[in-house]
Amino acid sequence: MNILVCIKRVPSPGRNISLSEDNQEIITRNLGFTISPHEECAIEEALRIKEKCGGTVTVLTLGAAEAVEQLRYAMAQGADEAILLQTDGREWDPMATAQAIAGAIATKPFDLLLFGNESADSGGYQVGCRIAHTLDFPFLSGVKSLLVEAGKISARRDTPAGSEIYAIDLPAAISVKEGINLPRYPSLPGRMRARRKPIETSQPNRPPGGPEMIRLIVPEGAESKVEILGNDIGAVPKIVEVLQELNIVKMKF
Amino acid sequence: MILGLIEHDRGVLNKASLEMLTLARKLGTVEAVIIGKEGMALPQAVSQYGISKIHLIVHERLGDYTAAAWASSLDQVASDLAAEAILAAGSERGNEVMAHLAARLNLPLATNCVKVESQGSDYLINRIRWGGSLVEEARLPGHPKLLSVALYAFTAEACPTENVAIVEHKVKLIDKDFRVRMTERVESEGKGVSLATARVVVSGGRGVGTAEGFEKLEALAELIDGAVGCSRVVTNQGWRPHSDQVGQTGTRVAPDLYIACGISGAIQHWVGCKAAKKILVINTDPDAPIIQKADYAVIADLHEIVPAITAAIKARPV
Repeated sequence: MNILVCIKRVPSPGRNISLSEDNQEIITRNLGFTISPHEECAIEEALRIKEKCGGTVTVLTLGAAEAVEQLRYAMAQGADEAILLQTDGREWDPMATAQAIAGAIATKPFDLLLFGNESADSGGYQVGCRIAHTLDFPFLSGVKSLLVEAGKISARRDTPAGSEIYAIDLPAAISVKEGINLPRYPSLPGRMRARRKPIETSQPNRPPGGPEMIRLIVPEGAESKVEILGNDIGAVPKIVEVLQELNIVKMKF
Repeated sequence: MILGLIEHDRGVLNKASLEMLTLARKLGTVEAVIIGKEGMALPQAVSQYGISKIHLIVHERLGDYTAAAWASSLDQVASDLAAEAILAAGSERGNEVMAHLAARLNLPLATNCVKVESQGSDYLINRIRWGGSLVEEARLPGHPKLLSVALYAFTAEACPTENVAIVEHKVKLIDKDFRVRMTERVESEGKGVSLATARVVVSGGRGVGTAEGFEKLEALAELIDGAVGCSRVVTNQGWRPHSDQVGQTGTRVAPDLYIACGISGAIQHWVGCKAAKKILVINTDPDAPIIQKADYAVIADLHEIVPAITAAIKARPV
């Protein structure tokens, strides 16, 4: 069972987002970077499948040279191999991203491709599906539980009314959502091993065309209208008053 | 002509599709597509929302929702009709069908749009990023243009028209369109108040400190018929299940009151609770970013305040 997990390096913006002067990118000078949350769970799911069924887990990312940090983190968690499709750091649109990834893995015999449902930053909801189509894999998104057995997948996803179970034959491509598992932390020996592992690196050409980003805009927040009810237990009667005004607790007489 | 996909689940209309039609009407004449025989009862309701024609796609294998088969059906009909653009709701299924369609056609897809206008042969679009904390302005080329409309960005506006024609279409579907098979549906049992629809959410963050700390929040929530929520830190610590998580990668809530206890309010959390009518923050840190966005704040320890609220409500004179 050979599994590929596609991940993306994204900033962790914390309390607010600031844009560069030309409104082309988020200022990341003072920010940490992480793996997009749904994809952290995709890595964990791949590791669990490998532990059960055997095989290998390969992580892949398309991004700046710095994305090696996220590949090494995944290898520290237990991924066997890593592929970096190195760009100059500018954002690639979903079509270009999918084309480059599909090209890079077309000749590699993966049984299962795992993606995050959508990236935390650009949130296009489509890279996994496009890769699946190019490689002629069946594709299912939004998966919250995955069972791999005898060449078949049983996948559950949530609906507003409950959940649905889907059956798919391998090879297949699946995008997962946070909550499918709780990702593990890398062990110290894992981190040591990951430092020495090679990373297969190539520099794909960016295909022309596609949608063209003009600028980013931070939506205007409303002006603060906060009323401070107090700094200690003395605020409790005021809180109860608020709850009564909002009709959350009924007035009693 | 603009083609809008009407999403339904076994004949139950997804109202997000009606919101999508509000945006679609700004772009031109709108015709609706309904897929599967269980959607046959929908035209009456849908025809009230400003469309000029309804296309019904029926095929013996089009039963339960299957993204690839829906995308293939939509592709065939849109191509016959030479649609200028195809729109769907930015729901889980809407985005999934559009991704399949975009992959089939090898055309760009702009998901979760909040604004669209024609500009020459392209569309100028605004779409949301970071769950709504950031907006991207972009040029969308392609024929047809493919896009989905962000949830809650528009309201469904009735706009009845006379004599909406209904046209049935036959499509060709192949085994490959059914490689992902729905085998079972489970309706959730109504256990307690659901987070997504609760009138009050009592939510805890890092400040709660432990899994046991949530007992104080549970006690208050139970007393006021609320649901318990939490931030991502809390689920990552294993203090609460992910189904309690409010935020970009969890549940979006829209209660009358959101009580944020020990939550600092990173943007990823904020997008999950900003639809609340009122927000009450209980936090020891007066600089927690969520305070500036709240309606009420108490700068104090939740471990002291939350049980005191519960006690005060219980102790009110009868």
